[in-house]
Amino acid sequence: MTKRLFSASTARTVVLLAGVALSLSSCGWSLWDNPMTTVRPKSDFGRWSDEIFMLISWTTLVIFIAVEGALLYACWRFRDRPGAPIPKQIHGHTVLEISWTIAFAVVLLIIGIPTIKLIFKTQEAPAATALRVDVAGKQWWWEFSYPEFKITTANELHLPVGQSVAFDLHAPDVIHSFWIPQLGGKRDVVPHRVNRIVMTPAVPGEYLGQCAEYCGMSHANMRFRVVVHPKGEFDAWVKAQQAPPAESTDPLAQQGKTLFAQSACVGCHTIAGVSAGQIGPNLTHFGSRKSLAANMMPNTAANLAKWVENPDHLKPGARMPNLGMSGEQSKAIAAYLLSLK
Amino acid sequence: MATQAAFMPGAQAKEQGVLWSWLTTVDHKRIGILYGSTAFIFFLIGGIEALIMRLQLARPDNTLVSAQTFNELFTMHGTTMVFLAIMPMSAAFFNFMIPLMIGARDVAFPRLNALSYWIFLSGGLFLNASWLFGMAPDGGWFGYANLTSAQFSPAHSIDFWMLGLQILGVSSMLAGFNFIVTILNMRAPGMTLMRMPVFIWMSLVTQFLLVLAFPAITVALILLMFDRFFGTLFYLPSAGGDPLLWQHLFWIFGHPEVYILILPAMGIVSEVLPTFARKPLFGAPVVIYSGIMIGFFGFGVWSHHMFSVGMGPVADSAFSIATMLIAVPTGVKILNWISTLWGGSIRFSTALYFSLGFIAMFTMGGLSGVMHASPPVDLQQTDTYFVVAHFHYVLFGGSIFGLFSGAYYWWPKITGRLLDEGLGKLHFWLMMIGFNVTFFPQHFLGLIGMPRRIYTYAPDLGWNFWNMVSTIGAFVIALSFVVFIYNVIKTTRTGQVAGPDPWDGRTLEWSIPSPPPVYNFARVPTVHERDDFWLGKYGDGHGGKPRGAPAPVTAAELAAIHMPPPSYWPILLAIALSIMVTGIMISAYQIIVGGLLTLFLMYKFAMEYHRPPEGHGH
Amino acid sequence: MADHAVPHAAHDPNIGTTGLDHRKMGMWIFLGSDCMFFGSLIGTYLAYKGKSLSGPGPHDVFNIPLTSYSAALLLASSLTMVLALAALQHNRVKAAAGWLTATALMGLHFVLNQVYEFWSFAVHEGLKLSTSLFGSSFYVLTGFHGAHVTGGVIWLLLIVSLALRGKIDARDYTKVEVAGLYWHFVDIVWIAIFTVIYLIP
Repeated sequence: MTKRLFSASTARTVVLLAGVALSLSSCGWSLWDNPMTTVRPKSDFGRWSDEIFMLISWTTLVIFIAVEGALLYACWRFRDRPGAPIPKQIHGHTVLEISWTIAFAVVLLIIGIPTIKLIFKTQEAPAATALRVDVAGKQWWWEFSYPEFKITTANELHLPVGQSVAFDLHAPDVIHSFWIPQLGGKRDVVPHRVNRIVMTPAVPGEYLGQCAEYCGMSHANMRFRVVVHPKGEFDAWVKAQQAPPAESTDPLAQQGKTLFAQSACVGCHTIAGVSAGQIGPNLTHFGSRKSLAANMMPNTAANLAKWVENPDHLKPGARMPNLGMSGEQSKAIAAYLLSLK
Repeated sequence: MATQAAFMPGAQAKEQGVLWSWLTTVDHKRIGILYGSTAFIFFLIGGIEALIMRLQLARPDNTLVSAQTFNELFTMHGTTMVFLAIMPMSAAFFNFMIPLMIGARDVAFPRLNALSYWIFLSGGLFLNASWLFGMAPDGGWFGYANLTSAQFSPAHSIDFWMLGLQILGVSSMLAGFNFIVTILNMRAPGMTLMRMPVFIWMSLVTQFLLVLAFPAITVALILLMFDRFFGTLFYLPSAGGDPLLWQHLFWIFGHPEVYILILPAMGIVSEVLPTFARKPLFGAPVVIYSGIMIGFFGFGVWSHHMFSVGMGPVADSAFSIATMLIAVPTGVKILNWISTLWGGSIRFSTALYFSLGFIAMFTMGGLSGVMHASPPVDLQQTDTYFVVAHFHYVLFGGSIFGLFSGAYYWWPKITGRLLDEGLGKLHFWLMMIGFNVTFFPQHFLGLIGMPRRIYTYAPDLGWNFWNMVSTIGAFVIALSFVVFIYNVIKTTRTGQVAGPDPWDGRTLEWSIPSPPPVYNFARVPTVHERDDFWLGKYGDGHGGKPRGAPAPVTAAELAAIHMPPPSYWPILLAIALSIMVTGIMISAYQIIVGGLLTLFLMYKFAMEYHRPPEGHGH
Repeated sequence: MADHAVPHAAHDPNIGTTGLDHRKMGMWIFLGSDCMFFGSLIGTYLAYKGKSLSGPGPHDVFNIPLTSYSAALLLASSLTMVLALAALQHNRVKAAAGWLTATALMGLHFVLNQVYEFWSFAVHEGLKLSTSLFGSSFYVLTGFHGAHVTGGVIWLLLIVSLALRGKIDARDYTKVEVAGLYWHFVDIVWIAIFTVIYLIP
């Protein structure tokens, strides 16, 4: 009735060791050097949270080894032997039970105290010198405005290193979530309220962000790029964004500009000096961005033309309608937009 | 199998057709079998939905299914697994085992019990009918407002989900009323509350959670229904409505719901371990009190699902502390279970393997849960594959492993035959390995930034390898199910016949034949202690001798037993209720017709036993 | 044999281990569940109190005298319910039917008052379900309460019709008592709603 294929305890040990080996081996190459890793924090916010994460991880690892070890040991040591008598019918042990309850509560206290402290620290009001960025999460792209600099851009967030940034999160349509894993935790973007998250990026570089709250058809495609500049370079970026867009001499781009100004494009998009649409992303310096369609693909002429020709094909459910542009027209518009450096 | 009508003196012992006897049964054991088989089929459907998702995610930028289909798949997978698989599988055990373990012949409200099942079936069929109409719900299993509003989800997909859940909620609540009264009011003489088996206690707490938590989601869904159909503004931000109202109401239900999902499995494990270790449950009163505390405090932690929504530091801290507090009774149970094994004489049956698997996997899920309890850490983990890994460890590694433990344990009692142990252990190892290969890497995926509910991902993010590994694991799990199904089919006819007590059990269900007669107990037992059946066999170790075999049951005793006859009102009333509720999506006439029919059938249901024959209650 | 030592109440198959009737226990549990239901609706109302963007506010539209009268009706109907049960206990079925009818009629009057209130809000005050958060939460909360009262009225009238046809007597005390429990609950919920919604500024 209780035949065993092979010793249960041996098999369980093997599986456990294999699991440990696998995790150890994986730790070496995949956990740290990925573009959206959460365990190589590059901001103060990220670093503080990571400290508590490491505390909890080590604590729980110890508990894990102790508990699973006790389980495996009990299975091996107290396995049924032929002819064994009925074991002593122990009902409990009050001191032991109280002790381990208290021990567990103490562990949680050790985790809880720094947790509560950090909750309050990270939700303090931002410093007066913090950079303010307004973030609007819309189906399925991101708008970034810098009220101090009167700049509005989309899908590519530029920040200066070493300065505190206070993000004010707005949601004109549904709930989204603003998340740059390498810089820290996420904060939801909720209609009817303005959430705030504050952090100081510490390392220059390029990072990736993604919406982290299911928001409909193309939730998976609601991504963005983050560029953390060394100090001087950020100011240069701001100036470039404040300047009017470059006028291109390329005839195809000029053709594109004419076409743009005559098409429904102007109803949704803003290009300084050309149009003032508020529904879609601001395209004033679109040519300076590295990706398009909320970081779905590199910002090349070919990709851009394909997008203009049929947005829904590339991004299911895209709110940008198919304007019936022909291949030639799309190429012209693409050339124009890419010229907007 | 003799029909129930044969046990009604004076009534015609009509032989019923097989199908009709199942459609009109009020026998809790048959209803348990109905719940179990139906739930298993829905479980397979949910599993297929998962396999398709894993195939889509095995490679980056994959095009196996469209974005829309994927969004429908994860919505239906979650909804199915929670409401159509785990809950009804637990209900199968509540139905079959609760009366047996408390020494009762029946549940308190047999027809209400049947009604619960038929309403559950209608709800499950209605929800899945959405696939046939090409309108499967796509709002996620927790359907956050205001994505679910008429503006952002104009199709009827959300309505299938909303109305389906309302129907299922009625089923669960009715079952809750029935089992609370059964457990409190139908125990055998001498079975005080503290002498009840721990499975009964966990089931009792679960039932209280059901009846007290479901109203919150009922209200959440009613508000959504009114928004979508009658123009109210509850979740409409432009009118001042707050989408977070949905989240609060949903999670006030949703957190107790996860305890509803895990407590029955914990109860099963609390029965299986002592049986196969041949020792009592270590600290049974503490395990019971922990269960009660978890149930009670489980209503106070709901916003730990909302740490990223910006509730402010005070609320974040309060819910964090409450969540950590509740980890204490949950965690110490694990030590109680291990201590049950400690010093025992452990026989490694398949049922025990699954309980051991439960302890191992639930521990891991619980520990990742401790991480989530800290909001700063959780802000990196919530809405990523890390939390997907966490809840699969507790719901699959926990609840499903626990339910399979119960299946192998109680299979002989239910069917009269044992499942094959060799195949059982193969099932266990395939499932254990497959499960860990599928879900352990998802912790990594979460930590390297993969959000949940995405139908595809870019190839240069470092997510490719672990996604492929996870998909392979999913197919190993699927293989383990093939083994289980084969085991079931093979042993139906040729399995080893089980006597009443194949495991040398400790509780009352092992004192009656396998499968039990329709009346369960020929003679209602009197209970003196917890594990009274065991003590009757072995004595109490304090000099009390084992009780010998009882005197044989007399024909007169049997003739005095009255079991309720079958009834067709439950299935008819379930159909009428479904007509009424689904009418909300179709036409006002349907609501009115369905409503009048429901009222009429409720009246007939109530009047069926207005003047019952001698000896019957209702 | 030990198993004969069962409490004599077991001869009534409705009385269980606790000494309580199954149906009474079931009704108490249902009422606990219904508390959570109304609690969620009242919570929603309170969450949105003062948050409407437009439309009339509560104290622009409420007719406190009328709703106080309705509250008094329900309170009185609880009294007649108790009297009905007392009569039934002594097998005075006609008297019981009379008191039950009074209870049901007062409940019906309550519902009709509510219908009038809803109509006058919609037509004269411009307050509809879709007007504002106040409109939405007020109508849904009080409407579901009114639906509960309506259900109770139908239940009581069905009992009355059975009684008049000689199908109810003292044996059915518990069944009518269970209806009474439900009725008192509906009354108590109204006290809560009336206080929280109508009286508190």
